Amino acid sequence: MERIPILKMGSFLLVTVQVDMHDQLAMNLQSDLTDKIVSAKARGVLIDISALDIVDSFIGRMLGNIASMSRILDAETVVVGMQPAVAITLVELGLALTGVRTALNIEKGMDLLRASIG
Amino acid sequence: MTGKGEILPLRASEDVVIVRQRVRALAAQEGLKLVDQTKIVTAASELARNTVIYGRDGTALLEAVEAGGRRGVRLTFEDRGPGIADLQLAMKDGYTTGGGLGLGLSGSKRLCNEFEIESKVGVGTRVTITRWR
Repeated sequence: MERIPILKMGSFLLVTVQVDMHDQLAMNLQSDLTDKIVSAKARGVLIDISALDIVDSFIGRMLGNIASMSRILDAETVVVGMQPAVAITLVELGLALTGVRTALNIEKGMDLLRASIG
Repeated sequence: MTGKGEILPLRASEDVVIVRQRVRALAAQEGLKLVDQTKIVTAASELARNTVIYGRDGTALLEAVEAGGRRGVRLTFEDRGPGIADLQLAMKDGYTTGGGLGLGLSGSKRLCNEFEIESKVGVGTRVTITRWR
């Protein structure tokens, strides 16, 4: 089955979404990430979506779910690299991504994770 | 109004990805700005998913259109599913029968310039959207 790779870096997990995800692939990522947070005892998750040229309500919901689930499992999630056109479209679509922490790029996202974990 | 169309099937979630990619190519070819391309592709993704989930024998028709010197992209999503009994309710933000966020119809309407929906219970649903350059 198709899967998006999850990299472990210290106590953080790193995901770079580089393909146009169909819905099942997004669902797989959601469940793989929650499993991996537990098995790797991760404290932070960084999701890079700079290669995504759209985020629709399904992907948006998945990002929100990952953020909520990781919080329950004592890990922080930061979504980084959203393209400006994607941000404009998301807001107009009606999705504010409430509860999802974001940063402009990977570097700033890592800073945010380090700071929040202490 | 002139249009040369491409018809794509919408049966599985992989078909939604193909529709997104073909709409992107058409929108770029018609000279839509990046933000407008992103809006119509996102709307297409929402409507294509609806067609796959709720419809049966769904298709997407992609057309380049021209009216009064303006160029644009028109998309028609059609299925032979159960239809929508209460269109007014279905168009409300947050209303869903499928367990999603309920933003598909209402959200995609906000993302395009023209939006038309026709539905008949037991016959099917047709949604047509247009984004002008």
